[in-house]
Amino acid sequence: MFDIDLWREIFQSINKNRTRSLLSGFTVTFAILLFTILFGLANGLNNTFSEAFVDEVSNGVFVRTGRTSKAYKGLQAGRRIQLKNQDFSFIEKDFDTETEYIASKVFKNITASYKNKKNNYSLIAVNPDNQYVEKSKVNSGRYVNQLDIENKTKVVVIGKLVEQEMFSRVSALGKNINLSGISYKVVGVFSDNGGDDEERIIYMPLSTAQQIYGNNDYLDQIDLTYNPNFDFNQAIDFGLDLEKKLKNRFNIAPNDQRAIRVFNMALQNKGINQMTSVLGILILVIGMGTLIAGVVGISNIMIFIVKERTKEIGIRKALGASPKSIISIILIESILITTLAGYFGLLAGGGILEWASPILKTYFITDPSVSKSLVISATLTLIGAGTLAGYLPAQKASKIKPIVALRDD
Amino acid sequence: MTVYITDTSNYQKPMLEINQLHKSYAIGDSSLHVLKGIDLSVAKGEMVAIMGSSGSGKSTLLNIIGMLDEADSGEYVLDSVTIKNLTEKKAAIYRNKFLGFIFQSFNLINYKNALENVALPLYYQGLKRKERQEKARFHLQKVGLLDWQTHLPSELSGGQKQRVAIARALASNPKLLLADEPTGALDTTTSSDIMAFLQQLNDEGKTILIVTHEEDIAAMCKRIIRLRDGIIMEDKTVTQVRAESHV
Repeated sequence: MFDIDLWREIFQSINKNRTRSLLSGFTVTFAILLFTILFGLANGLNNTFSEAFVDEVSNGVFVRTGRTSKAYKGLQAGRRIQLKNQDFSFIEKDFDTETEYIASKVFKNITASYKNKKNNYSLIAVNPDNQYVEKSKVNSGRYVNQLDIENKTKVVVIGKLVEQEMFSRVSALGKNINLSGISYKVVGVFSDNGGDDEERIIYMPLSTAQQIYGNNDYLDQIDLTYNPNFDFNQAIDFGLDLEKKLKNRFNIAPNDQRAIRVFNMALQNKGINQMTSVLGILILVIGMGTLIAGVVGISNIMIFIVKERTKEIGIRKALGASPKSIISIILIESILITTLAGYFGLLAGGGILEWASPILKTYFITDPSVSKSLVISATLTLIGAGTLAGYLPAQKASKIKPIVALRDD
Repeated sequence: MTVYITDTSNYQKPMLEINQLHKSYAIGDSSLHVLKGIDLSVAKGEMVAIMGSSGSGKSTLLNIIGMLDEADSGEYVLDSVTIKNLTEKKAAIYRNKFLGFIFQSFNLINYKNALENVALPLYYQGLKRKERQEKARFHLQKVGLLDWQTHLPSELSGGQKQRVAIARALASNPKLLLADEPTGALDTTTSSDIMAFLQQLNDEGKTILIVTHEEDIAAMCKRIIRLRDGIIMEDKTVTQVRAESHV
């Protein structure tokens, strides 16, 4: 119910007691301002981190090979280690529960041509699981499937940018594209969050590439994702175990760093995760700290305001004010001031962050913003605290015998 | 104990009826017995002075009558309504409807101008803004301060403040006017003005209770009740001395 007289009373009270109103408003504005700025800075730091490590699949493990650097079991150093299909099967079988998706890859660089257009792209031959390892999104058509692998079909799945560059504005689906002299049918177009380079890739079935480009069963790389239910330590153990078993399989010295390289995202993630969780705790402490300071400030002011208005309350009661009207006039006034002041704090904080954003970029703080909902909930917390802090003394004041209040000079 | 007979024909119902009123205040561990059984009946249209030295309980009595304070025991009937075990809300309604207060220290709200102060009890009566201001202006005119309606209390003299307070007390058209040392903070001339005005109100039929310790103020009433140590020592009707108005 809108009671215009009540609001008139409140606005008069705010207007005629400017110092008091400004004082309590300033506390809230300042608390929200600090909250916004500190939270924004911490968020900016967080953004810098996640921007740096966003690309790859978070639970990926990548197996690459090189030459041995140490002689072992009578074998010379400098021996080239080559992954083959059977190694893929070995990992698939031996680490069945530990792996989620597993993809083998062969890399080639080719020149693609369609009609009069020509361009260089990297060609990667894969099996169907690769879609999930890379987290590629098929926009149209389909990905490489098991039938392609079995029949060694001459099909390709091209990145969004390949389609744009080679096919202009026409859909590439069903068209034949020439890759270094051999014609392939485009069966799908995909997009990837990893950036432009990831969308300039052409995928084809692994078996097709193995037959056409070498007639062997060689693999350049095996990518897999570990069981997503693993925690960091389990995932790291799995990576170490995989490396050990592969070294054993290829007769590589256990301390040979070059022959088999198992790159485990879990290691990197653990570091990032620790960093971000420390940052998270920091943010939380900062946020809570400023909020608590704000709450204490507004509580003090509310108690002071009620104390200051005791006599007025007594007069109003003697003139027939009900306890309810006393409480509502005090509370609505404080809520109004807190809300307005909180909004100013939000505006000011957001403004300062926006203004300082380009300068802060130099200090590894990217896009230092705070979500509106967070600041609004912070403001609501302050309003709630102010209400609670005001309610108790207001209620007490409303119960004071008018005669006691009137004597209060 | 006073026997109260309801006789609708000729008998004028008392405005105020008090029987065996007791009140104690706790002071530390001991308690101070301030009112020790007060019996009092005030008829409509009376102008009563309650006198006594400080500590005699006169202000306490007025506060209980004004529902600003509660009695420990005893009966209090105001205009046929028994005032007992009042909730805060009920007390607020009764204060607003039945009573008008005039205080020694005026008790005007300092950030409201004269008109707004007078209109405040009407706000608590739930009147519309227009109506409130109209009534408030009427009462301000009655106390001769219509020209001062937009002035804040800090811009008024003591006498003017008290007249604003009287206008405020009259605004809700109460059955009973309660004045606690209304001239206590005023000089003799101004005191005389205020008393003249109260007498005029009484002439118009208002029932007025004045707490005072000044004999000459009491003499301007029609009845004087003297309190000492919490009991009524003397209750006499006097010939009213008319106050000289200087306005």
